[in-house]
Amino acid sequence: MSRMTIIEEFRKEHGRDILEVTEISHKRMTISVEPEAILKIAEYLFKNAGLRFIIASALHTRKGFEIHYHFSKDEIGLILNIHVILDRENPQIESLSNMFSASEWIEREMHELFGINFLNHPNQEKLISDGNWAEGVYPYRKEFK
Amino acid sequence: MGRKTLIPIGPYHPLQEEPELFKLYCDGEIVRDIKWETGYNHRGIEKLSESKSFDQVFFLVERICGICSTSHPFAFANAMEEIAGIEVTDRAKYIRSIIGELERIHSHLLWVGLAGHFLGYNTVFMWAWKYREPILDLFEMITGNRNSYAMFRIGGVRRDIEEDKIPEIEKAMGDIRRKTDLLTGAVMDDPVIHARTKGVGILTKQDIIDFAAVGPTARASGVAIDVRKDDPYAAYPLVDWKVITAEAGDVFAKAEVRLLEMYESASIIDQCLKGLRKTGRQDISLKVKEIPAGMGTGRAEAPRGEVFHCVFTDGSNSPARHKIRAPSYVNIATFKKSCVGQTIADATISLAAVDPCYCCTERMAVAYDISTGEKMMNARQLIELSNRRTAEIKEKII
Repeated sequence: MSRMTIIEEFRKEHGRDILEVTEISHKRMTISVEPEAILKIAEYLFKNAGLRFIIASALHTRKGFEIHYHFSKDEIGLILNIHVILDRENPQIESLSNMFSASEWIEREMHELFGINFLNHPNQEKLISDGNWAEGVYPYRKEFK
Repeated sequence: MGRKTLIPIGPYHPLQEEPELFKLYCDGEIVRDIKWETGYNHRGIEKLSESKSFDQVFFLVERICGICSTSHPFAFANAMEEIAGIEVTDRAKYIRSIIGELERIHSHLLWVGLAGHFLGYNTVFMWAWKYREPILDLFEMITGNRNSYAMFRIGGVRRDIEEDKIPEIEKAMGDIRRKTDLLTGAVMDDPVIHARTKGVGILTKQDIIDFAAVGPTARASGVAIDVRKDDPYAAYPLVDWKVITAEAGDVFAKAEVRLLEMYESASIIDQCLKGLRKTGRQDISLKVKEIPAGMGTGRAEAPRGEVFHCVFTDGSNSPARHKIRAPSYVNIATFKKSCVGQTIADATISLAAVDPCYCCTERMAVAYDISTGEKMMNARQLIELSNRRTAEIKEKII
């Protein structure tokens, strides 16, 4: 499956959920989508298009909380970033961990460091700071000094 | 199921001497469930990176992992060069690949030795670590350091490999091939190793896809992913080599993949040295004045698998956000599949089979007290915290 086929199919299936497509290079691409659609988009990428989930990067910016889900199509060396912006006050998004185990730890980590809530996560307890960090204090938020 | 016994391995691994805590829930000899605790030694590298200039970040990320200390600077350089839109010279590419492959050889030898030690086969341990020494000596000759080589920078490398050093590296590659022959013979033909590793800790193709495992762990289960081939960088597209795979997915297959990869690495280094001779006098580093605002994703194939760095920049001289994913982060999670249902004795080698690097996975923030603005931890407090945590864990387990 070539890069263009993936993108065309993606547009056909999820055109209504796409906010913006940024082509960084012929091997890097970022697609901004509606956060509500993340589950079906991830399902399409993982199950139909055969992409591998690399990791997700969360950021706290002026826009609110942003997550870049990085997927890789290894056969053609493509990194596809799925970008969502979450609500500043109540950041939450559907968990992908019921679909593939690879996202389980990183979602726990983002929950712990940024306070982003992952809905229907199988086990959202702390991953790295269990028992030695205050509740409700998120070290990767911008207000944390 | 009846009552389960908890067998802890940690909080420091007795053999790998790294912080981790595995809790094996056993029913007699059989492991029924496994849980992993981390966070015992967090260093806050992602957060710390935001306070460093781009040049300093190289030294920081180099210290994420002691064994594959060049993989992180490699991936970070790839990410930064993507943002800056620059391509390094061929000479720098060859030098980068030589360093990367020398590291793969010494890391795989380290693993083979440790695996032998895990199985109680200490001859393999001593052989492998003895053969690893000349590789570290090469590093010392090229970079000045046996480890943490400080070779990478945005736009190239810091040190050249001069003509007079090339014969010595070529000789060492010839030696390492002969030693790998010996080692491969000792491991692949030994009936005891066969008995201990074949059919043990099997990961199927589906497990690899589900956990998104990478590196030799994935390749030993027939998933032929290798960043060097899939998303070529440095000199890898300029040389001829092949991706090693195996189908069985057990501990033996992982050993086989690593041993055979060492031959490929030696061949890549030989070709890169020829390439170096061809390039002649060429700059090893380009001048990079400014890093624009943007996002860069860089990856590199470390000995353990794909290292992934995602850097967000805002036009200043340090990262606005720096996300790091080490290969062990995804590979360690496969323990849930490879260890459950095995005996305790087999679980230990299954745990070691993915070549876990706990250092890579341990990352955490430096903490400041909001009210006073002071650091929450000084050395004494850290030691106290460590003692307290050890006591707590002991209490929970015993």
